[in-house]
Amino acid sequence: MTTETKGRYGKFGGQFVPETLMTALQELERAYEEAQLDPTFSKELDYYLKEFVGRETPLFFAERLTKHAGGAKIYLKREDLNHTGAHKINNSLGQALLAIRMGKKKVVAETGAGQHGVATATACALLGLECVVFMGKEDIRRQELNVFRMELLGTKVVSVDKGSGTLKDAVNEALRYWVSNVEDTHYILGSALGPHPFPQIVRDFQRVIGDETRRQIVEHEGRLPNAVVACIGGGSNAIGMFHPFVDDQDVKLFGVEAAGSGISTGKHAAAIAGKQEGVLHGAYMYVLQDDDGFIQEAHSISAGLDYPAVGPEHCHLADIQRVQYDSVTDQQALEAVQLLSRVEGIIPALESAHAVYYAVQLAKEMKEDQLVVICLSGRGDKDMQTVRDALGGQSI
Amino acid sequence: MTKKLVTQAIMQCNDQGNKAFVPYIMAGDGGLQTLKKNILFLQEAGATAIEVGIPFSDPVADGDVIQQAGERALAEGITLRKIMKELASFKEEVKIPLVIMTYLNPVLSYGLQSIAADCEASGVYGLIIPDLPLEESGLLKDALKDTEVALIQLVSLTSPTERIEAIAKAAEGFIYAVTVNGITGVRSSFTEELEGHLERLKAASSVPVLAGFGISTPEHVRTLGGLADGVIVGSAIVTALHEGDYEKVRTLINASKNQLTNS
Repeated sequence: MTTETKGRYGKFGGQFVPETLMTALQELERAYEEAQLDPTFSKELDYYLKEFVGRETPLFFAERLTKHAGGAKIYLKREDLNHTGAHKINNSLGQALLAIRMGKKKVVAETGAGQHGVATATACALLGLECVVFMGKEDIRRQELNVFRMELLGTKVVSVDKGSGTLKDAVNEALRYWVSNVEDTHYILGSALGPHPFPQIVRDFQRVIGDETRRQIVEHEGRLPNAVVACIGGGSNAIGMFHPFVDDQDVKLFGVEAAGSGISTGKHAAAIAGKQEGVLHGAYMYVLQDDDGFIQEAHSISAGLDYPAVGPEHCHLADIQRVQYDSVTDQQALEAVQLLSRVEGIIPALESAHAVYYAVQLAKEMKEDQLVVICLSGRGDKDMQTVRDALGGQSI
Repeated sequence: MTKKLVTQAIMQCNDQGNKAFVPYIMAGDGGLQTLKKNILFLQEAGATAIEVGIPFSDPVADGDVIQQAGERALAEGITLRKIMKELASFKEEVKIPLVIMTYLNPVLSYGLQSIAADCEASGVYGLIIPDLPLEESGLLKDALKDTEVALIQLVSLTSPTERIEAIAKAAEGFIYAVTVNGITGVRSSFTEELEGHLERLKAASSVPVLAGFGISTPEHVRTLGGLADGVIVGSAIVTALHEGDYEKVRTLINASKNQLTNS
């Protein structure tokens, strides 16, 4: 792929969408550029992030986890303390305000674990927008309570039973809905994925995570961290965390994909590890696919990481080796859920637990005067049923 | 190369006082063996060209009818490679140009140079890639530049004039005018502005303009065919072939015949 257009991250990204969406994407691009230049927009967003979401979130020194690992000092960026329980609200609010700026009355979104759906339903309730969320049938089964939450917030949740009935199919359906209702509807894409300008918009709304972390770690320690770790599904919490550190060559960045049952079993969601390039949902990325270019189902115990590709900017950061991408299995993530719960009194989301597991291994290999920051992207309440089932109902 | 084969087929049809009729079929819906049968039937029934759809795991631009046909074809194990090979096996019997419609990822997987090299041997003279808009079309256009294979662009009639003109200017083969905002599928009505939109598009374009998306009745074929140089009919054909209703297919195709051109 040598074609160069806007919205490229190296060879990745682009705008591979039906012609009927191009005008909407260009309109979004213009509206977003204008919003960035308008101080009242960022002022309004900052107001809601502070007063509604509860930012800034703490950067917490995990003393007992540090002791447990026996190496570098571990800090947790507490995105789980945001209203609605995950980092997703940062983006949903930003894009909902953008929708209002564009004069749109309705919002469509997709959701996997339900966190983005809940965040978007919340932002829409707050701002008086009509909201439809597409969710895979399989995910609805796994995250029943989040469906109820969205409905309670006044959102219409539509079950998608096409294809594998998971996140990728929900994105397909949300895109189809957007194509048909583009005049009065904005699509709030939940991860740093999709056609330009979505990966950029989502990153920009999520970079508050990294900006705060940078400032807070300097307040705590008087210096930048040696390593930053975040989990990667589509990659929105990770890109928001990493972006402000990309130019700091001394800060090592680690993205943790979901290895599911193990990479060698083929049942995983680690698209970067798969090394196959392709186009899905409007962008050129690393994509899990078969030899005929059909997209394969991703597998992870964590619904939020269960996506067969990784956002284009991450693909580029992998290519230029600025970020090191590794993976953690379902089993390891479950261990980390239990570990963090016991030693710090924080029940992490299964997604974030992938980062916790990896960071603990990493910290063990580092010196005691070094610093590791984990992006704790969400809380684990939504996963209690899954975790309990996976642990076989055993008493802990 | 001139890339005029598809264009010529449509213009010849128009010269004879008919509107072009391009049916869409889902390759392998009903099994690989139905492909030849359906293509030869449509050719005999008077199709101007045939759009051969390749099933895909994630068909974002398609409505329910074509998605379901695609799932049936996927269940038969249909792939782009199998279809290219099958088409090549009866190429001599096909006298009208075939156009492949597929999403981009299977093409990338097949290889840009490979598909460019293989199309003509399979009787394929056009490619429609719904997720490859003008801005991204360069990569495939380069690969196709020494072939007779046109890269056919879709145009949305509600796009800004500058965009419509840019697409019309770069067009090869024919322009696929999307007559509704949405995905493929049967609809009962079309917007009133359509006539003006189609006229402007025809004025800006040097290749024929075919209207598609949502055309499902002989009346649609007559009305929209009258406003354009012809029509593309997808979901209605896919359903009729799936149900074995060949008469319905003939009725639709016949509605495009003996129309006075009003351009």
